[in-house]
Amino acid sequence: MTLTTVFRASMRLPRLRSIPERATTVYARSFSSEAELKKTPLYEFHKEHGGKMVDFAGWSMPVQYKDGISASHLHTRANASIFDVSHMVQSRIHGRDGVKFIESLTVGDVAGLQENQGTLTLFTNDRGGIMDDLIVSKTSEGFLYVVTNAGCAEKDIAHMQSQCKEFQAQGHDAAVEVIQDQFGLLALQGPSAAAALQAGVEADLSRITFMCSAVLTVFGVPGCRVTRCGYTGEDGFEVSIPAAQVAQVADSLLGVQAADVKLAGLGPRDSLRLEAGLCLYGNDIDEDTTPVEATLLWTVAKRRRAESNFPGAGIILQQIKDKPSRKRVGITSKGPPARAGTTILSEDGTSIGVVTSGCPSPSLKKNVAMGYVQTVFAKAGTPLKLEVRGKQVPAQVSKMPFVPANYYYGK
Amino acid sequence: MAVSAVRKFTKEHEWITVDGTTGTIGITYHAQDKLGEMVFVELPEVGEELSKGDACGCVESVKEVRDLYAPVSGECVEVNLALQEEPTLVNSSPYDDGWIIKMKLSNPEELDDMMDEEAYQAYLKANSMDA
Repeated sequence: MTLTTVFRASMRLPRLRSIPERATTVYARSFSSEAELKKTPLYEFHKEHGGKMVDFAGWSMPVQYKDGISASHLHTRANASIFDVSHMVQSRIHGRDGVKFIESLTVGDVAGLQENQGTLTLFTNDRGGIMDDLIVSKTSEGFLYVVTNAGCAEKDIAHMQSQCKEFQAQGHDAAVEVIQDQFGLLALQGPSAAAALQAGVEADLSRITFMCSAVLTVFGVPGCRVTRCGYTGEDGFEVSIPAAQVAQVADSLLGVQAADVKLAGLGPRDSLRLEAGLCLYGNDIDEDTTPVEATLLWTVAKRRRAESNFPGAGIILQQIKDKPSRKRVGITSKGPPARAGTTILSEDGTSIGVVTSGCPSPSLKKNVAMGYVQTVFAKAGTPLKLEVRGKQVPAQVSKMPFVPANYYYGK
Repeated sequence: MAVSAVRKFTKEHEWITVDGTTGTIGITYHAQDKLGEMVFVELPEVGEELSKGDACGCVESVKEVRDLYAPVSGECVEVNLALQEEPTLVNSSPYDDGWIIKMKLSNPEELDDMMDEEAYQAYLKANSMDA
């Protein structure tokens, strides 16, 4: 989850051709002047560290630093990087019926989570489409901690609040509190992320496994929620930090002796998540794709299927039986990379689908992409062609993740 | 053969240097800086006859694709195959190792319409408001 739009720096060279884009994707353009853009608590910090700032979902965000995107990508896979993800929406769901409330909007088994355990889940609509992907953690403090995408902020908050009102009207006890203004969010990602963060906390991080969280004092800043998760396929953490102290924590992480930590921007964040086979909301999933088509069926919990009581359950459960007509797949190729919007052809040249994300993979030295194809072509190894600028580029369906995940499940 | 050490520039942010009747062509420092890290360079065929202004390939960065245009008329006589393996040469060395194509000029007078270094810098400055 997490990135909601693909970055696009302001470019006005004559006769510039932009990468094909889907209508649903909100590319960052220079529509807004710098002054109109929202700023995270790290805005000045990014500028001081050479961040190249772009408009991303209405936020001024670093797309890269001086290192360049590939170098920063590879650094994350080998060491550790800090990503500012404070533009994402952090909320709390309070109340005795908070779990029941969030389950009424999503496909996840939140009731079945352990204390301080979280899960990736989906808001679905009545048509079985995906409204957003989000992470819900069941905290030991009695509320649910929810992180949703920046690009869906308005829609998600309105959805949660209006649904909550109805829920309350039915006599239930739940309330939504958006805490984004009080807390920044840093993602620390990479194989040495744990060593870097351990330098700033007393608790033993080896006891916090993938998707679990704890409230800790981090580099002297109390009240930080540390969740072992991320959007790169690497081990790592997302740390929710009181807004005034985010820069202090980022600075401390950059200075640790135990690991070589660097800042990374949205550019490598996008190529890392794509190598990890993770969906970008607005590109790879949207309100017209179902969890079945998106091969995110694992998020639709067993108990929830049995109860059949999430939005769009009828359609989604029927589609599980009937098999969907199209499926999200991974695709690899050489030569010119296929971008979102590229037509996917079968070997005989028939159009069978479309690419939803694509880039050259810095780790694999070939192009990786994901897209939707007719289900008969979804098997790994199936040869395909990609229509890039009028030429047909040979490609094949690949298993995802493209780069093996490196999550921490305990010793 | 006279060697022209003078680099000429186009409004499309391409450059050309001419040795005899052969022109070496690439994109400017400014262009590669704006485009960012190159990931792919699509080259024309050697032997292709091009007229000034013809699309003859493209450079693709992490975030953008930009067409290349023949700055002069003539035959494409060589392409920089090193860019197929290492497209970032366009970034690291836009005026040397990152050259893109060589053309046999059929109408050298076309060079007269191009900008010299000073004029190009002035052009960049004048257009910086919308760059």
